[in-house]
Amino acid sequence: MAFTEADVLAGLAEIVAEETGLPADSVTSEKSFTDDLDIDSLSMMTIVTHAEDKFSVTIPDDEVKNLATVGDAVTFITGAQA
Amino acid sequence: MTIQLKQSTGPQFSRILGIGAERGELVVTNDDIAGPIDSSDEWIRQRTGIITRRRAGAQTSVLDLSEAAARKALDAAGLTGADIDAVIVSTVTYFHQTPSAAAVIADRLGATPAAAYDISAACAGYAYAIGQADALVRSGAARNVLVIGAEKMSDFIDPTDRSISFLLGDGAGAAVVGPSDFPGIGPTVWGSDGSKAQTIRQTHSWSELKENPELGWPTLRQEGQPVFKWASFQMPVIAQQALDAAGVTADQIQVFIPHQANMRIIDQFIKQLKLPETVVVARDIADTGNTSAASIPLAAERLLREGAAKSGDLALQIGFGAGLVYAAQVVVLP
Repeated sequence: MAFTEADVLAGLAEIVAEETGLPADSVTSEKSFTDDLDIDSLSMMTIVTHAEDKFSVTIPDDEVKNLATVGDAVTFITGAQA
Repeated sequence: MTIQLKQSTGPQFSRILGIGAERGELVVTNDDIAGPIDSSDEWIRQRTGIITRRRAGAQTSVLDLSEAAARKALDAAGLTGADIDAVIVSTVTYFHQTPSAAAVIADRLGATPAAAYDISAACAGYAYAIGQADALVRSGAARNVLVIGAEKMSDFIDPTDRSISFLLGDGAGAAVVGPSDFPGIGPTVWGSDGSKAQTIRQTHSWSELKENPELGWPTLRQEGQPVFKWASFQMPVIAQQALDAAGVTADQIQVFIPHQANMRIIDQFIKQLKLPETVVVARDIADTGNTSAASIPLAAERLLREGAAKSGDLALQIGFGAGLVYAAQVVVLP
């Protein structure tokens, strides 16, 4: 069963909350990972890895730099589902 | 008539008999190196857990570091050079393609005519060599094997490089492996992934430097994000395999000694392996830096010397790095 964008956003918010300690409801689509959520490149790789496991998708290493906002990641993950 | 060859056989078990360590004599702070990479003490601590790193002075060579560590390991094992019949040096920072560092070290220690050779397995080199030493002892190819992981990483750094240079330190760690009346070295789980060879690399080869001297001295680079992901999420799987192969669980070991690459990778290992808080975790990187092949024995020696670990403790150790290569095993600390 494919995850909807809303499912992916909710799941990603949980992952980000776990990694950063921020409340999950503060992780919204328009937030920038670096500027708003203060996530550095190593934490980003941790989030990417957990997202790959959770949504059964592959996020290539050279794609990660294109995921500037939470919404970018939600769009990529939703589209990457088989 | 068929002639039947003899094949060697050895003792049933092997173990580490003694460990020795030698750090570079200089203490290099984050402030000392932050300028050329437009960084800060806070940024480096937050990203790596490193507060200071140890580096060797201009007059101290990989051979000097190796010899000093080896002498301490021999003392700890209650042996002399004459008792050693194989020397394995793991290094990627020795300046001679040939002869090997191992042959020179063997001679300095009075171990001649011990078999002697170098291996290139970067940050996995010590665990690779412990696996080899275990096999040599138990096959009867050697009675006592001296393993050395030695690096002078500071000879291959670029002060303006933000990818890896600021992590690196210098040192050597050594272990003597010999026969045992109990199992002291679990099965080595090891491997490589050359498809990721470019993720940690020398900027250019010696032949390229010969063709174009303007390239300057080669230094090291890494692609931090892919390497972090590989180390943090694939290497714990290898570490778990080493536990499984040894027949022990995470709550049955006393000590965890991962390659000291980055404190945040160490923290991920603890999470992924679900290590209980009772397990002592080596965090030598904080004031030694990443010393590649030397990092595991440096950390092990320190834990033993400071009393955080004791003789007889079960330790899970894992090395991983440029190649990419990795090796892990459970050992009984000497």
